[in-house]
Amino acid sequence: MARAVTTRTKAINTAVAWTIALVIFFPILYTIITSLKTESEAIAGFNLIPSFTIESYIAVQTQNDYFKPFLNSVILALGSTILALIVAIPAAWAMAFSPTKRTKDILMWMLSTKMMPAVAVLVPIYLIFLRTGLMDTRIGLTVMLMLINLPIVIWMLYTYFREIPGEILEAARMDGASLWNEIVYILTPMAVPGIASTMLLNIILAWNESFWTIQLTTTNAAPLTAFIASFSSPQGLFWAKLSAASTLAIAPILIMGWFSQKQLVRGLTFGAVK
Amino acid sequence: MATRQTQSLATIMRAPAIILLLIWMIVPLGMTLYFSFLNYNLLNPANTSWAGFFNYRYFYTDPAFFESIWNTLVLVLGVLLITIIGGIALALLIDQPMFGQGIVRILVISPFFVMPPVAALVWKNMIMNPSYGVFADIANFFGVSPVDWFAQYPLFSIIVIVAWQWLPFATLILLTSLQSLDGEQKEAAEMDGAGFVSRFIYLTLPHMARAITVVILIQTIFLLGVYAEILVTTNGGPGYASTNLVFLIYRAARLNFDIGGGAAGGIIAVVLANFVAIFLMRAVGKNLD
Repeated sequence: MARAVTTRTKAINTAVAWTIALVIFFPILYTIITSLKTESEAIAGFNLIPSFTIESYIAVQTQNDYFKPFLNSVILALGSTILALIVAIPAAWAMAFSPTKRTKDILMWMLSTKMMPAVAVLVPIYLIFLRTGLMDTRIGLTVMLMLINLPIVIWMLYTYFREIPGEILEAARMDGASLWNEIVYILTPMAVPGIASTMLLNIILAWNESFWTIQLTTTNAAPLTAFIASFSSPQGLFWAKLSAASTLAIAPILIMGWFSQKQLVRGLTFGAVK
Repeated sequence: MATRQTQSLATIMRAPAIILLLIWMIVPLGMTLYFSFLNYNLLNPANTSWAGFFNYRYFYTDPAFFESIWNTLVLVLGVLLITIIGGIALALLIDQPMFGQGIVRILVISPFFVMPPVAALVWKNMIMNPSYGVFADIANFFGVSPVDWFAQYPLFSIIVIVAWQWLPFATLILLTSLQSLDGEQKEAAEMDGAGFVSRFIYLTLPHMARAITVVILIQTIFLLGVYAEILVTTNGGPGYASTNLVFLIYRAARLNFDIGGGAAGGIIAVVLANFVAIFLMRAVGKNLD
């Protein structure tokens, strides 16, 4: 017999849960509200109803050239994700479908590279970037972000590919399918959802990466993380403007994140929790 | 059956990833190790010389070093405590029947997607600012004088911000684990007269143990690397009150141009991270079998 839930219990649960959820969400909500205020309203004390002006959104573009760091963020996140997939798909594929005795060791070793603290290699990476002219370039940073997320990408793809039944491949082979046909008509359609989830997670991670993007850029290649961090100076007193820039910076990823909760759990725990 | 041809194809497919990660691991770490034994300052690169263990000794005898290690531990443990306990409570709550569960879930996990500089600046300015922040407004409303959070409790303030960012992660993972708990087991326990507390201790908690372990280990890895939140709020101060190991190394290498010192600090960070990594690898490795 299923447990009967009284409407009263449900109402209490709802009230408690919504209150807590709104408190947790409040800083984000308040940022969005403040972005629609004028600068004097923004520091005029607690007020949840803005004057719905978009002057701050216009100001971040006209005064701070917002579009430039935004474009850098898009290029870095997409570029590093595509690069990582190009390297990771064949590798994960090979490990899932032609495993050897050492496959498990290789996977564990790849994971271990992710454990290396970024700051441990700050000195050499900084010097290499200085000497080779990669400092403050989009190419240099794209490769960096690709490298730091590559282990997660390989792992995530591997756990997805491993769920594709190998018997299907054998059946296709028996029917005389060539390797090319096998890849194009059988494996790819089954692998696409896994690849898409991996892509989504990696874009989120790359977009929010805030160590290397701040260390290795000044102006030209600076993405939104570095751009927003520069607001910590006295200029940050323009709260409405900061809020507008922040809202624009987090909105795309927030929406992506809402749609990828399940994949996120899987990707961030390296498949340990599904 | 894998033929020899597919095996050699597999080797070629694996190679680029392995070679890239091998280079990525060996070259910079090797350079860090090498630099850590040098007297090398970017302001005076001509005077570079062999230093032996001087950099390590210098780091070790610097009072700021122990303060930063202590701060690192307090930061990691403080955030873990808040997020694990809060995460379990929230997961249990969201798992209950209610109206608008999907929206509650979305609201709760949202902070995880906010980039660290935005999270830190929003808290610093709009929530914790002693004159105009929401906390100050609340204090004024009750007639209490507002607290200057980042001046008086710098490390605690950073813990609050970082915990806000990671609470959603813990909640999401623990909720996923909770929802995979067999409903019939719960009902059986209930019929046998087990109350909420004993159900939680003997059924739910053991079921979530693995997920809790994973959350602790993964968060620790990321929490050891907290940087941007400190940079945009306290800049490590006042003094070294909110400087963690990452920030100390950043100061040495980037602000004092001390390549040798920064490298020695980096090696110490690797040793620290390895302790955690070994445990995480075991937990994840079990899942592969």
